[in-house]
Amino acid sequence: MDVAVCGGGNAALCAAIAARRAGASVVLLERAPAYVRGGNTRHTRDIRLAHDEPNAAATGSYAEEELLDDLLRVTAGETNRPLAELTIRESKSLASWMSEQGVHWQKPLKGTLHLARTNGFFLGGGKNLVNTYYDTVERLGVRVVYETSVVGFELRERAVQAVVYERAGAVERLRCGAVIVAAGGFEADVDWLKEYWGDAAGQFRIRGTPYNTGLALKALYEAGAKRIGDPRGLHCIAVDARAPKFDGGIVTRIDAIPFGIAVGADGARFYDEGEDLWPKRYAIWGKLIAELPGQAAYAIFDRKSIGGFIPSVYRPLCAQSIEELALVLDLEPGALVRTVTAFNDAIRPGGTFQPGSLDDCRTEGLAIPKSHWARPIDTPPYYGYPLRPGVTFTYLGVEVDAGARVIDADGRGFDNVFAAGECMAGNILSRGYLAGFGLTIGTVFGRIAGESAAAHVRA
Amino acid sequence: MFEPDFTAEADRQLSVCNACRYCEGFCAVFGAVELRAAIGDGDVAYLANLCHDCRMCFDACMFTPPHEFAVNIPALMAEARVQTYERYSRPRVLAGLFRTPGWAIGGVTLACIVVVTLLVAFGMGTTALETVQVGPGAFYRVVPYLAMVVPAVVLGAFGILVLVYGARSYANDIRSGDGRFVSLRSVSTAIRDAITLVYLKGGGEGCYDVKRGSPWRRFFHMLVFWGVLADFSATICAAIAQDLLGYLPPYPLWSIPVALGTLGGVAIVVGAAGLIALKVRSDAKPTSARMIAMDYAFLAMLETVALTGLALLAFRSTAAMGSLLAIHLGSLAALFITAPYGKFVHIVYRSIALVKNAAEQNGA
Ligand SMILES: Cc1cc2nc3c(=O)[nH]c(=O)nc-3n(C[C@H](O)[C@H](O)[C@H](O)COP(=O)(O)OP(=O)(O)OC[C@H]3O[C@@H](n4cnc5c(N)ncnc54)[C@H](O)[C@@H]3O)c2cc1C
Ligand code: SF4
Repeated sequence: MDVAVCGGGNAALCAAIAARRAGASVVLLERAPAYVRGGNTRHTRDIRLAHDEPNAAATGSYAEEELLDDLLRVTAGETNRPLAELTIRESKSLASWMSEQGVHWQKPLKGTLHLARTNGFFLGGGKNLVNTYYDTVERLGVRVVYETSVVGFELRERAVQAVVYERAGAVERLRCGAVIVAAGGFEADVDWLKEYWGDAAGQFRIRGTPYNTGLALKALYEAGAKRIGDPRGLHCIAVDARAPKFDGGIVTRIDAIPFGIAVGADGARFYDEGEDLWPKRYAIWGKLIAELPGQAAYAIFDRKSIGGFIPSVYRPLCAQSIEELALVLDLEPGALVRTVTAFNDAIRPGGTFQPGSLDDCRTEGLAIPKSHWARPIDTPPYYGYPLRPGVTFTYLGVEVDAGARVIDADGRGFDNVFAAGECMAGNILSRGYLAGFGLTIGTVFGRIAGESAAAHVRA
Repeated sequence: MFEPDFTAEADRQLSVCNACRYCEGFCAVFGAVELRAAIGDGDVAYLANLCHDCRMCFDACMFTPPHEFAVNIPALMAEARVQTYERYSRPRVLAGLFRTPGWAIGGVTLACIVVVTLLVAFGMGTTALETVQVGPGAFYRVVPYLAMVVPAVVLGAFGILVLVYGARSYANDIRSGDGRFVSLRSVSTAIRDAITLVYLKGGGEGCYDVKRGSPWRRFFHMLVFWGVLADFSATICAAIAQDLLGYLPPYPLWSIPVALGTLGGVAIVVGAAGLIALKVRSDAKPTSARMIAMDYAFLAMLETVALTGLALLAFRSTAAMGSLLAIHLGSLAALFITAPYGKFVHIVYRSIALVKNAAEQNGA
């Protein structure tokens, strides 16, 4: 085989398509069985795209400069500028490129209108996207092998000779001319997470695939690749405590927090629930909860807020009084009543509640204020969601250059090792998050990696 | 009423959809779900018939079994549709025909053919079944005009009565508090959605096929729909030719009634065969066995009527005409009898659901 692609999500598929279209013979090694193929990509819904004019995917225009500004804001400037600019420039061609691979577009989903201009929503979400790409890959003649874990690379000098993989309990090797690693992050390896998060990691829910345990990333490090990104870095949001350990996806996410208050297991508030608009803040709550004792928190609100946010898959727990709600949630009733009373009493009177903007409903005199959307919690029934940290992905990865070539610890590129997607996204998105940008990086670098790998084997 | 467990299961599965929303682009079901905080009995009846069974939302779903959320919306909707068809149909004894669609339609068809043939044999003599009949009024020398028209009118009127009853009780049940949903605007939107079969487009990917979506199901369904309409129009044209213009059938091949009828017949034969082939070849997980049985039975019924009609045309100047006419009329009678107790009724419930959806979305 010319090119071995390790992984089976967005980045891997885009790499396989690009390498195959460039004339290389390609094998794609996916760790998951076919019915759950596609990694975290199967849970995605939209991709961020710069564009000067409305296109099939997005409305209005979203200039390269504006996207770069957005990126610099969320990463506080910590980004590899040339790679970031390359990604953004290339993102302009993705809408039509994806359409050519068979992807259809749909209108922004209800509740996501704020993304209509900047992000394209592919029809049917990420699993449909993945299915479309697998069809394309198979039509192009890529060999797809499932239930195959890449665990190592055989190296001579700076060139990989063979990929070592595990399949049905046996370890085997596959000779190849170039290798593309697109096997996601390591968020599904709880023991690895514990190295940085301690026992707290045991309480984490992993929103995506159980197969992203970072095996291929480890293999790259063993081969001498240079680490990039904060190993403790996680994209982590508040999810329902009843969520499955893995693969709960988008539906376990709790969007109720700005509508009421959030309390820890002690019944006390711990952070300003109305700090900023929810799309800008939802991603801080996972880490906030991860730092709490027991990694447990509770979103508390009342009847007024029902219908204000996208519901989660589980109904909130419900009671006619705050005491009862505390009992249902397994909280100390006195503590919760004190918190709610203090909160209600601190609300500045006369505010006009406007969930879509930074309104003037706020508290006064609390040690932890609620800066917007503060309304008294006083209308039964009362509701509560139990919360846990829900990990979306990890930021740790390997350094790459503009050709997606993996860089070793000495700062020199490997001859024939390329990386794309989550395992190199940290070069560009070192921290923070821009909705839909994970797929942008994966698609752009997948394509580049595929082309680079094909060029290498043909040279 | 659905079993409470069934409604609860629908509510459970659709609350996953309401939290996810990724399938919104496929059809109208998910937009309708999002307007509802919880799913009750009437909502299930409504949504089930709003679903056009494209099955795109099954392949696209991250939460299909073995995931613990165990979501399978097309199967849920198909099962609920089967139940609504039966629930709104009267009299109760005949509604039982929904339960064994193959036997029901097969049995009724066979019985009708036998009865018509015997009636002809006894009423007109066996020679009517065996001799060549040509020239104006040839058909009526086998089956007299009134013997054709009266049963058709009686059976047709009965069927319409049953369907109107079903339509009214269904509309009542899905009204769900927000009052009237029938308006000029909602009806015209619904007619557009129904005629274009917009929800068989799967948002651009089409409907189920061997693998992934394809435009074929919508194409074949178009053929059947327009084929039936063409045959209906052909009958009207024939009536005009006979009763207003005074020409008795059989009409020449290139006359309007025969040309239209033939075109319609061929369209039905091809369309129904295509629909059957798609069902045979596609994954059975996202559907319900009872719905599939009902689909096959109805499609086979259409094939029988269309094929016997075409055979009658082909051999109308031979000695086989008499028996072919008896067989064709027998199967037509069976179609009329079984229509309110089989898949045919989907036209009624889906149309009403489309009207309700149009009203809801206009209001939303
Ligand atoms: C719930 C959820 C929603 C999200 N929504 C969005 C969104 O809307 N837009 C967006 O841009 N991003 C979103 N993200 C982030 C997004 O998932 C990632 O940015 C993107 O999918 C990463 O693609 P990838 O190909 O790098 O990794 P993945 O899609 O995770 O693919 C990794 C693949 O590698 C395979 N693999 C792992 N280890 C091995 C091994 N050792 N050998 C072989 N194969 C291996 C896995 O099985 C998997 O197929 C979301 C994430 C989650 C969890
Ligand atoms: S099967 Fe098709 S029409 Fe039915 S709910 Fe799913 S996407 Fe909608």
